Amino acid sequence: MTVELFIQYFFAGITYGIIYAIVAIGFNIIYNTTGIINFAQGEFVMLGGMISISLNAFFPLPLAIAGAVLITMMVGALVEVSFIRWLKSPSVIRMIIITIGVSILIREIALHIWGESVRALPYFLGDEITTIQILGARISPQVLWIIGVCTIIVIALSLFFRYTMHGQMMRACAANRTAATLCGISAKNMVTFSFMLSAGIGALAGAVMSPVTYTEYDIGTGLAIKGFTVAILGGLGNSMAAVAAGLLLGLLEAFSVTVVPLAYQDVIAITILLLIIFIRPHGLFGRKDAAGLKEF
Amino acid sequence: MKHLLPISLLLATVVLIQQLTLWTDTQFYLTQLTMTGYYSLLIIGLCLLLGYAGQISLGHAGFFAIGGYTSAVLTTRDFSLHLDHPLLVVSDRLGLLMSRADYFGGEIIHFHPWAAAALALAATMIIAYLIGVPVLKLKGHYLAMATLGFGIIIYRVALASPIFGEADGIFEVPAFPLLAGLSISGDFGSRVSNYYIAWVLVAITMFLLLNLINSRVGRGLRAIHGSEEAANAMGINTASYKLRTFILSAVLAALAGVFMTHYSSGIGPSEAGVMQSVRYVAIVAVGGMANLWGALTMGVGLNFMSLRGMFGTYDEAVFGLILITIMLFAPQGLLRLSLFNQLKDLLLPASLKGRLSKPGRKEEDGTA
Repeated sequence: MTVELFIQYFFAGITYGIIYAIVAIGFNIIYNTTGIINFAQGEFVMLGGMISISLNAFFPLPLAIAGAVLITMMVGALVEVSFIRWLKSPSVIRMIIITIGVSILIREIALHIWGESVRALPYFLGDEITTIQILGARISPQVLWIIGVCTIIVIALSLFFRYTMHGQMMRACAANRTAATLCGISAKNMVTFSFMLSAGIGALAGAVMSPVTYTEYDIGTGLAIKGFTVAILGGLGNSMAAVAAGLLLGLLEAFSVTVVPLAYQDVIAITILLLIIFIRPHGLFGRKDAAGLKEF
Repeated sequence: MKHLLPISLLLATVVLIQQLTLWTDTQFYLTQLTMTGYYSLLIIGLCLLLGYAGQISLGHAGFFAIGGYTSAVLTTRDFSLHLDHPLLVVSDRLGLLMSRADYFGGEIIHFHPWAAAALALAATMIIAYLIGVPVLKLKGHYLAMATLGFGIIIYRVALASPIFGEADGIFEVPAFPLLAGLSISGDFGSRVSNYYIAWVLVAITMFLLLNLINSRVGRGLRAIHGSEEAANAMGINTASYKLRTFILSAVLAALAGVFMTHYSSGIGPSEAGVMQSVRYVAIVAVGGMANLWGALTMGVGLNFMSLRGMFGTYDEAVFGLILITIMLFAPQGLLRLSLFNQLKDLLLPASLKGRLSKPGRKEEDGTA
């Protein structure tokens, strides 16, 4: 393999990996506050891409993306308020089926609004053929946008959880819901907020990635599977580990093209998922006792 | 023999419907009803796993596809060039191979449908065993995701492998000769006999499963569903019970796949899709998880309407909506809604009621 090709694959891997990581972080935020895996997480990414494309017809690009993020956050809140909030201690299987149902509904609504066509936002800078030379390899500037924006999301999130009142309240809920409620934190509102937050970051990632990866109504399921793989790989609930795991999976996938046909790329990710679940359900970076405390 | 009455009622309904289509000259309905019958095999198998053993599977369409694809490949490919392969030599000696003229009049040598079906079921058993051993140690989200992942792998392999016809699938699958003069095929002429084949199969399976869940094994399964630890403490080998139920329901799904493939003379990757698996879970949920009759009735209704195209382009949305609504408002299934119970109170004499209502288990929907 030449150095150029290596760099090319490397950037492709990083790009996809960081997108998976964003989906995984979305899973983690909701999982930490509720113990629910939201199977509709991938649909938020799709909505972010689709809505920003539609809004871009009327507004300049930054405004369109901001609007898409806001609308998707509203969808996230709506999902939580209408389907999750009023259920009293439902079983895990019920929550799985409900969130799968929600993801089907969002996907079908998207199909009826936007149709089956593949769409994309325009490139943020330049166009499809604009490239930047890095060590002889040609990289689209959009790839750098994706990596940059997603990195900022990750850093902003960790600052948010550490230093803001709201973030600390959410962490308190994740650690001990009853104790947090006793301290005067509204656990229910925190759950709604966590759905909005994960919808928002999913949507932002979806908008930024759409010029390169394109968007259609049914990309959600695939992203959700990859995101879940990454969340498990890193250790469920741990967002920084999710980033590392995301990059790992992205790179593995990118370089797997040199060994197996492209059509089987998904099979690789899922096989990794199955292996991890079987062998190390607490993830690569998680501790076994921490995983044991969580109820499944 | 206490299940003979409901089973004969089922068979009577089956005959009645056929006569009804004869009188009203609407025999085209029989085609969808036959397909519904085959899907029902899968549904009641999944109901056994989901409702009685309490293990969710989001990969059952995968088993359906394994059955269908295996028998389709073995009955449509021409093996004449590989006849010196030891496996094929053995198969030939055993009389498993047969020849027929293909579309262009040339002779092709392939497996007899019976042999193909047996191999398909054997393959399913092996795969279900290999998947089941690690997967059934998992619970909740992990179990759901692992079975979903398995389903996606099967779908991707079906979609990407030339041997499985890629996106086109496999077509021109020959008829399945069941008995002399009785075969599973999509011919217009044999529509009625095919309808009966499918539904007699459903009745037999239903009878066997009902006996199973009322036996020692069934009580063991319900104990596992209630509390795995307690069941273990009572001396029930929970791992082995769960594994055997998983294999049984996988084999039923594969059987449905085999017959369905011969009936519609082909199979495509959409049968293995994730949405199919989700749809089956939806149907079982609507019927009430631990309720074989409920799953069967709801499955027939929903599958028939879906196959008739009554939901049009909203087909998937309808199933999504069903899933959410049932899980939100009636996690025990439609047949256990309080409204339904009040109706039952009104209509049934008190003496019958005691026998019909199951002795109290409250939470029946939870695996976790």
